[in-house]
Order: sequence, then structure tokens, then C-alpha cells
Amino acid sequence: MRFDQELIAAMVAPHSRVLDIGCGDGSLIGHLSREKNCDAQGLELDMKAVTQSVAHGLPVMHGDADVVLADYPDGTFDYVVLQRTLQAVDCPRDVLRHMLRIGRLALVSFPNFGHWRLRWHLLRTGRMPMTSVWPTPWYETPNIHPCTIYDFFALCEEDGYEVCQWMVVNGNRQSRLAGCSPHLANLFGEQGLFLLRRKSGQK
Amino acid sequence: MLEVQSITFPEGMTLQCGEKIAPLDIAYQTYGELSPTRDNAIVICHAFTGDQYVASPHPVTGKPGWWSRMVGPGLPIDTDRFFVICANVLGGCMGTTGPTTVRAGTERPWGKDFPPITMHDIVAAQVKLVDHFGIDRLFAVIGGSMGGMQTLTWATDYPDRVFAAMPIATSPFQSAQNIAFNEVSRQAIYGDPDWHEGDYQAHGVIPARGLAVARMVGHITYLSEEALTRKFGREIRPGTMPAPHDPLAALPFGGMFQVESYLRYQGSNFTRRFDAHSYLSISRAMDFFDLGSEHGGSLSEAFRGVKTRFCVVSFSSDWLFPTSRSRTLVRAITQAGGHVSFVEIDSDRGHDAFLLEEPDFDRTVRGFLNGMARQAGLAEGDHHHAL
Repeated sequence: MRFDQELIAAMVAPHSRVLDIGCGDGSLIGHLSREKNCDAQGLELDMKAVTQSVAHGLPVMHGDADVVLADYPDGTFDYVVLQRTLQAVDCPRDVLRHMLRIGRLALVSFPNFGHWRLRWHLLRTGRMPMTSVWPTPWYETPNIHPCTIYDFFALCEEDGYEVCQWMVVNGNRQSRLAGCSPHLANLFGEQGLFLLRRKSGQK
Repeated sequence: MLEVQSITFPEGMTLQCGEKIAPLDIAYQTYGELSPTRDNAIVICHAFTGDQYVASPHPVTGKPGWWSRMVGPGLPIDTDRFFVICANVLGGCMGTTGPTTVRAGTERPWGKDFPPITMHDIVAAQVKLVDHFGIDRLFAVIGGSMGGMQTLTWATDYPDRVFAAMPIATSPFQSAQNIAFNEVSRQAIYGDPDWHEGDYQAHGVIPARGLAVARMVGHITYLSEEALTRKFGREIRPGTMPAPHDPLAALPFGGMFQVESYLRYQGSNFTRRFDAHSYLSISRAMDFFDLGSEHGGSLSEAFRGVKTRFCVVSFSSDWLFPTSRSRTLVRAITQAGGHVSFVEIDSDRGHDAFLLEEPDFDRTVRGFLNGMARQAGLAEGDHHHAL
């Protein structure tokens, strides 16, 4: 399991109902069902990955988050997880809204486009930045909605989501320093990981 | 090794149409052993023209069981671990009560008087068999095509008795296109001179030509265009001439296409093992299958409160039960807050793919059952084949 997945897994309470959107090879839901007795399901767009996961005994459904999230009834899950996918969906705002409609809590990780290396690259070369976190050229990147950690905080504020917990992941470690403040995080964080819930009174 | 397994329920059953059939015979096959706690049973539902010989040779044709590559020791549906039951459907002609069964109080088979049956009746008959084994909850129900319709009926009519369900290459309702194909098949039977208004048995004949044509139509729908092309192309069968009544017989480019020959062979073979009334009766049951309409027009209502864990499987080139139908089904289960996995297997072999060698499909079946067995807390079986 990737390091950021370990962080996510650590934030999930045992025996929870979990939906992992874009579950890939299913390692997170496998881990959650084995180690935490969760009722964990996955949603994945890549059919090969779906077949692989189901063949390993994991409950995974083929489907597009932009389309199928609308089908789940309110409050179906305790946690809805979206790992490194927010920037790649058609309508990130709707996806978030559905996540917090069908789940009590949302766990969202995404690469931070405000990182200093990306800013420097753009400033210095005038070309779209490419780094290990943003590895594809602009013309074939699936990441059609890049955002910064500032942007994400702002969207949460605007749409009425409370940030219960957040952290910064740099490479294979959690950066406590960059996690001290959103300002540091926005400059020095490669990835943000957020635990959200609806502010009380908001539907 | 083959023994005919059959049980008679003298009290019979009342059908959805209100008519009563008594006694009720159910012919079935079982494989593997029922665990002491009776928690490892899997019901396999056969397709339209299938039968209970899922993993044993067919008594009429001598061919291997129709899913013998899937069901057996160490196979994806592992009989070292699971107790598999497959019953001939109500209305069938391989031993379960149907139009060929002699009607009680008479000396003649039911024939055209066999009452109309539904998917619910077909499953209700299987419930009697499962009760007979003393099984409260089935570990799983699995079926492809019409077997998938039965699987869905099991899960929605008896939700507490089905832990996991695999509806394969199927649909929550029979589509207009499929009804249309069935109607062509039925008309072929009605149009046969040996049909005798349905009284062919009294005349000592069978409407073999009509039944064969019905089967030929079926076979076309089971295959994809790609599969037909690959199998036969435009090849002419060596040494053949057009049939003598064919007006083209005199032309120099005569001969029988391989695909024609294949269909004729399939058609005539079929008449040896299947009854025309059974064909009509079961095709009607399929045509009237529509889970949504029975729940106020809302398919998701059918799955409300159903705790069964589903694994829906479709095949990319299946145009008889296309992936879009499976998506409709998956969507309804999701909307009802149900638990569903969904895989589309990439195959160019059409609807028939679920009966053929498709490694991804095998892995899916094995993986889903193993995962579900873990969740159901089933005793570890012979696990060395897993994954």
C-alpha cells in the first residue's frame, strides 16, 4: 500500500462502511476489510483494475465517479475516499458534494498545484510544469482540474464543509512542518490529505 | 457415475396464475457435499434451453455438462468446497414437471394445456428443493442469461435466503428485441405442419422443423458477428451442393455455407433433446420477466432492503443481453443502497461467452466466491487453487 493510503487507512474507524472512489488495484479496501473489519467497496473506471480486484475477492464496481455517485442514497457510507483523483474528474465540485451526501465523512487527497517547484518551473521556463507528482505533459494529462491547497480550503468554505483534519504528504512521508499552516502547505506540500464533513445544519 | 436425481412433492405447487400443479417433480443434480451447518450451498440456475447436467454428461447427447469447465473440484465453482445444486426448471423437459409430464388423473402429457409459468414459479419450485435439503440460507445463487433472471428473482423474492448472487449476461427485464426473437421462434413452431394446433403428441410426431428453426434463431443471437465471421466466414462446406429444392442449385457457385451447415446441425440436434411445448412455455416465462414493473415501475424498489451481495457480470460483445442492461441493474441495486460489484468481461464471442473459456471471467467467479465465503465466515475449503 502507498504511504498516503496508510495515512488514509489510519484515519478510518474500524467496522465502518467505506466507499473508495478510484480504488485502483483495491489495496486500500482490501486492507480496510482485512485489518479493520470494514465493509469496504470500491469504484473504479479502469476495467482491468476492476477485474483484477474482483478476482481477488474485493467488491468493486466498474463505473465513472462523475456519473454513478448520484445513484447512491444519502448516508450510505461512513467514509467516502477519493485518492489523487479529484483533479481528474469532470466535475470536482459535484463529486465532492455527492461524497458528503452519500457519506458522513469524506477523505480526499490531491496533488497541490501551488507547490513551489511547480511555480518556479512555470516562472523560469514559461512551460507547463512536469514533476514526479505531475508526470504527464499537458496534452495527455488526465488531470484536467488541478488545484492548490488554498483553492481546496476555499471550496470547502464556500460549499460548507468542515475540515476536521488535514495533512501534507511529501514523497513517502508526512510533512509536519508544511502541515503547520495552510500557507506553508500551499508552498511546500506536494499532496494534501483532507478529512471533511458537512457543517452542521447543511444538507 | 451418472444417477438421475429427482424428487416428487405430492402436494405440488400453486402457480402465479392461480392454477395448481400436483404432484410436482423436480429433477436435479448435486455436486460436492453439504457442510454440517448447511452453509455452503450454491444454486446454479440454468439458461433457457439448459438443464440440470451442469457438470455431468448429458444423458441424451452424451456431451459434457454445459458448465463442466466452471463447476468441479478445484474449478472456480469449487465442489471441494461448495455444495452445488442445479435443478431442471419448471416447464422443462429433463425430468422436472413440464408439458411432457403425464398429467395426474389422465394418461396424457400436459402438452398445450400446461399452465403458463413465470420466473417466480420457476424459482418457487427450486425453493421447495432447497427446503427439502434443509437449507435456510444459500451461500450463493449463480446463473447466466435466463439463469440470471432466476438469480435476480431468488434474491428479490427470498432476500434473506441468498447471501451472494451472481447474475451473469442477463437483464432485469426481457427487452423488446429479445421478445421479438422469441416470437420468431414461436411462429416457426406454430407454422410447422406437424404442430397440429399443439396436439402433436397425440399424432405421434414433433414439430421438428419449427423447433429446429427456433433453435437456429437462438444460435444467431448467442454469437457476435465477429465470432460468426471467425468461426465460419464465407466458407463453403467442401463437397456440398445446395439443397435440391434450392432454385440456385443449377448455378455453378452452389454449395452450402459453413454457417448454414452449422445452424442446421444445431437445429436438428436440438430437437432430439428439447420439447416444443417446453420451449414455448419457458420462452413465455422469460418474455414476461420484468422486475421493475412488478414493483410499481421502479426497478430499484425491487432491491429495497435486499442484503444480498451481488456480482453482476456482462460481456462486451453480448448484444442479446448487452452491458447496458447490466448497468441498469447495477444502478438499481446502487439506488436501493445495495451491495454490488460489476465487471464487464472483454470478449468478442457474444452472449455465449459465459459458457466458454474466458480466463478473466473464471477469475471473477472464483474471486467473488472466495471473497464472499470469507465474509460469510465459511470454513476454509481446498484453497490451493485460489487466485
